[in-house]
Amino acid sequence: MSQPLHAPLDIAFDYTRSLGPTLSAFASALAERRILGARAADGLVHAPPFEYDPVTAAPPAELVEVGPGGTVVSWSWMHRPLEGQPLDHPFGWALIRLDGADTAMLHAVDAGSADQMRTGMRVWPRWSHSRGGGITDIACFVPQEPEAAAQTVKQPEITMITTPIRLGYDHTVSPGEDSFLRGLAEGRLIAQRCPACGKVYLPPRGACPTCGVPTATQVELPDTGIVTTFCVVNVPFVGQQVPVPYVAASVLIDGADIAIQHLILGCAPDEVRMGMRVRAVWKPREQWDTSMRNIDHFEPTGDPDAPYDTYAHHL
Amino acid sequence: MKHRAAVLGTGQTHHRSKRLDVSIAGLCREAADRALADAGVGIDQIDAVVVGKAPDLFEGVMMPELYLADALGAVGKPMLRVHTAGSVGGATGIVAASLVQSGVHRRVLAVAFEKQSESNAMWALSISPPFSMPVLAGAGGYFAPHIRSYIRRSEAPAHIGAMVAAKDRRNGARNEYAHLRQADMTMEKVLASPMLWDPVRYDETCPSSDGACAVVLGDQAAAEASSQPVAWIRATAMRTEPTMFSGKDHVNPRAGADAAAALWAAAGITSPIDQIDAAEIYVPFSWFEPMWLENLGFAQPGRGWRLTESGATEIGGQIPVNPSGGVLSSNPIGASGLLRFAEAAMQVTGKAGEHQVPGARTALGHAYGGGSQYFSMWVVGDTPG
Amino acid sequence: MTDVAVIGFAQAPGERHSPATTNGVEMLVPIFGEVFEATGLAKDDIDFWCSGSSDYLAGRAFSFVSAVDAIGAFPPVMESHVEMDGAWALYEAWLKILTGEAEIALAYGFGKSSAGNLRRVLSLQLDPYLLAPLWPDSVSVAALQARAGLEAGVWTQEQMAEVAVRSRADGAGNPKAVRPRSDGSRSAVDLLAEPYVADPLRAHDCAPVTDGAAVVILAAGDRARALAERPAWITGFEHRIDSAALGARDLTTSPSAASAGAAAGAARAQVAELHAPFTHQEIILRNALCLGDEVRISPSGGALTGNPMFAAGLARIGSAATEIMAGRADVALGHATSGPALQQNLICVMEAK
Repeated sequence: MSQPLHAPLDIAFDYTRSLGPTLSAFASALAERRILGARAADGLVHAPPFEYDPVTAAPPAELVEVGPGGTVVSWSWMHRPLEGQPLDHPFGWALIRLDGADTAMLHAVDAGSADQMRTGMRVWPRWSHSRGGGITDIACFVPQEPEAAAQTVKQPEITMITTPIRLGYDHTVSPGEDSFLRGLAEGRLIAQRCPACGKVYLPPRGACPTCGVPTATQVELPDTGIVTTFCVVNVPFVGQQVPVPYVAASVLIDGADIAIQHLILGCAPDEVRMGMRVRAVWKPREQWDTSMRNIDHFEPTGDPDAPYDTYAHHL
Repeated sequence: MKHRAAVLGTGQTHHRSKRLDVSIAGLCREAADRALADAGVGIDQIDAVVVGKAPDLFEGVMMPELYLADALGAVGKPMLRVHTAGSVGGATGIVAASLVQSGVHRRVLAVAFEKQSESNAMWALSISPPFSMPVLAGAGGYFAPHIRSYIRRSEAPAHIGAMVAAKDRRNGARNEYAHLRQADMTMEKVLASPMLWDPVRYDETCPSSDGACAVVLGDQAAAEASSQPVAWIRATAMRTEPTMFSGKDHVNPRAGADAAAALWAAAGITSPIDQIDAAEIYVPFSWFEPMWLENLGFAQPGRGWRLTESGATEIGGQIPVNPSGGVLSSNPIGASGLLRFAEAAMQVTGKAGEHQVPGARTALGHAYGGGSQYFSMWVVGDTPG
Repeated sequence: MTDVAVIGFAQAPGERHSPATTNGVEMLVPIFGEVFEATGLAKDDIDFWCSGSSDYLAGRAFSFVSAVDAIGAFPPVMESHVEMDGAWALYEAWLKILTGEAEIALAYGFGKSSAGNLRRVLSLQLDPYLLAPLWPDSVSVAALQARAGLEAGVWTQEQMAEVAVRSRADGAGNPKAVRPRSDGSRSAVDLLAEPYVADPLRAHDCAPVTDGAAVVILAAGDRARALAERPAWITGFEHRIDSAALGARDLTTSPSAASAGAAAGAARAQVAELHAPFTHQEIILRNALCLGDEVRISPSGGALTGNPMFAAGLARIGSAATEIMAGRADVALGHATSGPALQQNLICVMEAK
């Protein structure tokens, strides 16, 4: 079987994270170029601080200043940094036990090359040019002790950080969707019939949802049908493509056994009825691709409405 | 053999659109600490932890239970993470119940949460994969057409949804933890609010909330050792059907009806409307109250709205529905189902405060999710039954 | 407590880049058919279904809801889902049988790891405030763990390479294993001549990015005896989680695996299928589970020859159960892991009776 249609799926959002008391104190100190740890019930100092003690689950009783220098307790080497990582040239990842702490902080070390990295090496923070980003206020650690200690300047309290998350995926459609989408590119509606129950699925699914078997037999359907049910959209939202008010409807294509969702235009919203007969209005052919967007919307045919009993079982 | 299990304590956060005073862990602990205190149980007495929440994309943390192990006292213990779409809070309660009913554990902490303000749920839900049609209608656009189908099928009068919304918001005003507390809400005000997705008005939709809910479950020995009243779990039920299939009944989904039938049978309930004293039902859009009353068997198909219209679903009515204010008053998605389950337990232990249904001894907690695809529910009572 | 046994197992062939969708249906339909044919069961015989998968692996919310299409879930089914490896779905299924609500239960897991950049995706499993903003990738985190053990003298690079050599040799006999990119018969000395991927890890130390799915069927008591000649009876099923604070953990050990293993009776195993995505993690697990040299380790080839995320742990349990069902062992152990640097571990001990 040939590879079904696939295309990049990129997701990106800047997450806004409220910090709560402990992480807020930690981020606020970082903005002032100080590093805080948390003293646990057993007396050990955790840096970075815990919100809840791994042993007792209690919040820290005390935050204490640690570092800024520290010792590498384990490391690895990043030949080709990935998007979002602290440095865009090769660097070391290290677990760093800051002076005065009993646990280690994971961060990057700008060491130049892997042969400059070793367990036991001393490192110091290189501060970011910006403040208020929490852990990223430390741009990375470096093997050279700074000539002068960082200036601690009183900063406003940091209660939120923003974390951008961007990921790229390759999204693949199922074989059934593939034939449907390729049909759309030719202005055709290609459904598939389940070999077990005989129902016609438009678009085809990976498997018939009630029988669990792949649908295989192709069925070409007309581009006419009926509105089974609908709502009138009066509310604007992100990504909306049609001015409100408009009708979003379930459209049962003639010959299909399941409705699709689409727009009803070409009449006033308050003229749309359950049972109304509609036909597809296609975009100009030169705008077609392998997408349901090739159908711009559905519009009334003017034919008499379908009786309720003929579609009630599709509601 | 099924071992007896009981709810020893419940806890929830103050639900708000943005809980900017806490981290994700802090939000969960606020609910967990209240549940543990209510149960009189120390976090070190917990044998296992179950976490539930809706999509990880809402907070941008993959499997956040891994990071929450320390905050929830789970280090060195078993931890499970449930995700069954919008029904997940209910499923979380049921998995936790299974841990006790199987005889594996004695005391279990279940926590469900959503911190929607970390992102934008609409963004996460409207990611449109390549080749697909962009969402045409927004949040309520999926459910509004099915509500229209219900109205057509049942010939319900247009004001029923507004009656539900006004009742739930007024009930929410009695609940100190509710996100929306609108003591002066009336049907007329709901009817006057903007029509968003005709037939759904603004005041008939749920808010978007940050919040968490926790319950502590225990076995018979733990329940009998409790100095507090406990809510005995009489029965649980879960059913799933495909999101979309030919012949799916979106108004009265078979998965919900099957789950309810199994639930009532297991709980020894033959007439739900007579034997259930309070019902916490997952109603994110007002019209789902009459729809689910029918789906659950409180009313014959097509007659659920008559119960609502008669006032039977008010506190003090024949079958009080959502005395807590329900999802229409607070909607931290992943927690919403467990809130229904916890509120049912609060009713039968007499701990529901200002929204207590007087004399409630047997109560229903209900959740659903996906495109009316996943259903989970439990019945709790003041005796083991 | 009710006796429960594994009576069926099937897995999709591991692929480095499957043409399937991320909703699992194309990978699940054939293995459901396979396991039903082998056990003589049909979907109506299954009292409870439970699945494991991840939205972040697929890159979209509610990615699992379409997977039930592979079941044909109408009339409706009793079903649940964990955002975890399918091994934990199996655990939930086991609970349902113990409660008496089900006699036959089916667990499945699926994952298309190749859809995104797996090592970046998995960095989102780390603490969202203190670690994830730096995007430490999963291979680098494992490398920090590997060096900790090397420098503490808990293992050597030669021992790590020997794990890879044995795993590749075993995987060569497993039709479901991913084919190695390089010649499968290379010696440890040859492997150690290769460059680092993430110092001190080389390519042979790391599981391949794998797409796949697995299914395991459980049955209670007499039903199991009627359905299988030699059911793999579950005698210990335990899981634990360690702290998320990487820098506060002793990364050379696995307290969660040790605790779960001790509770489950792991030390009695004759064969152990270990879910170790990195060579040194196999050594950590053998130590934690007190598995001596006489214990056969991952005769399937293990995760190093196929690591379909969210199915690989379940596949280890299925593979271990197969050792019993096929009469090659009397006591077998299946292990699953989840989270960075072996944070969460599950042990299922099975025996013939």
